[in-house]
Amino acid sequence: MEFISMVSMVVIPLFVLIVLAIGTYKKLPTYDLFVEGGKEGLSMAVSLLPHLLGMLVSIAIFRSSGVLDYMIDLFAPILSFVQIPKDIIPLALTKPISGTAALAVTADLIKSFGPDSFIGRLASTMQGSSDTTLYVITVYFGSVGIKKMGDALKVGLLTDLIGIIIAIMIITILFG
Amino acid sequence: MVHLIWAGLACIGIVYALFNGTIGDVNEAIFSSANEAIQLVIGLTSILVFWLGLMKIAEKANILAGLSRLFRPVVSKLFPDLPRNHPVMGYITSNFIANIFGLGNAATPLGLKAMKEMKQLEPSEQASRSMVTFLAINTAGVTLIPTTVLALRIQHGSVAPTETVAATMIVSILTTTFAIIIDRLFHYKRVRK
Repeated sequence: MEFISMVSMVVIPLFVLIVLAIGTYKKLPTYDLFVEGGKEGLSMAVSLLPHLLGMLVSIAIFRSSGVLDYMIDLFAPILSFVQIPKDIIPLALTKPISGTAALAVTADLIKSFGPDSFIGRLASTMQGSSDTTLYVITVYFGSVGIKKMGDALKVGLLTDLIGIIIAIMIITILFG
Repeated sequence: MVHLIWAGLACIGIVYALFNGTIGDVNEAIFSSANEAIQLVIGLTSILVFWLGLMKIAEKANILAGLSRLFRPVVSKLFPDLPRNHPVMGYITSNFIANIFGLGNAATPLGLKAMKEMKQLEPSEQASRSMVTFLAINTAGVTLIPTTVLALRIQHGSVAPTETVAATMIVSILTTTFAIIIDRLFHYKRVRK
């Protein structure tokens, strides 16, 4: 484990070194290329801003109004019927919608149930093993101006559902 | 589709708040979240500028091409519509590698660049097949070390903070596999129509 965290710390500086060394060796105008690529990044960020802001405001309205909590209560009996633990439902519902909200829920679950409880382990695994679908779609499609997203949302949400089921199964097998 | 989600989330929230006395919270959330979005984009900007600057050098120095040659058998299987020798392959490959190493900060700029290249290959407002596949894999998100979760577990006194790392990896790999399968099923359904 220490080895892995060492690698993840060294890999980026090492990558910078390798790219700059090879670029210099090949007599490329490295600084000009960096600026050229950086400008592309800047325009990307600017075109991204309205998409991200719009979506985040909408999600914030939804969340702060209390509908999300209401939905969680509504879904709880159905999901506990199919043996999905009730306490994990808030995380399962927020994870695909909002990354920051999901992190807050995970922190709360780890705090109230303890990191080494079944729920604590399940929350840790779910938080680490998937990315926020709506965020990824907003950012990736927003940056290139895709208006019709095809099946991306359906595929993403179905994957989230399957991810939750797999996480419950794996945690039950490993620690249950 | 995105129109419906966007307007729907806001409208449902406001109507619910009107009847449940949470309209004050909603009012506050509108302004604070807009502010948060700006902060988020500023954070993203620094990362985007740095990584895309560096990757431009990597592209011109043929580092990206070398990298994508190494993983071509896998990547070209996943994206049969993309030309095999196009730089987009290099960006997709590096996005996957960055994700696997848990370098989310580096993965996003590479992913956005890959999307841009895909859009240039197929200019349309409609998401292409490759774009949907790429998104599916990214939302499933293969991560090796979930650093934030580790920090949380340590903070709350776990006896074995790294205990869930292996589980996370297994779940990630399985979920990504299913994401690819679901993506393929939807694609074949679409083609048959």
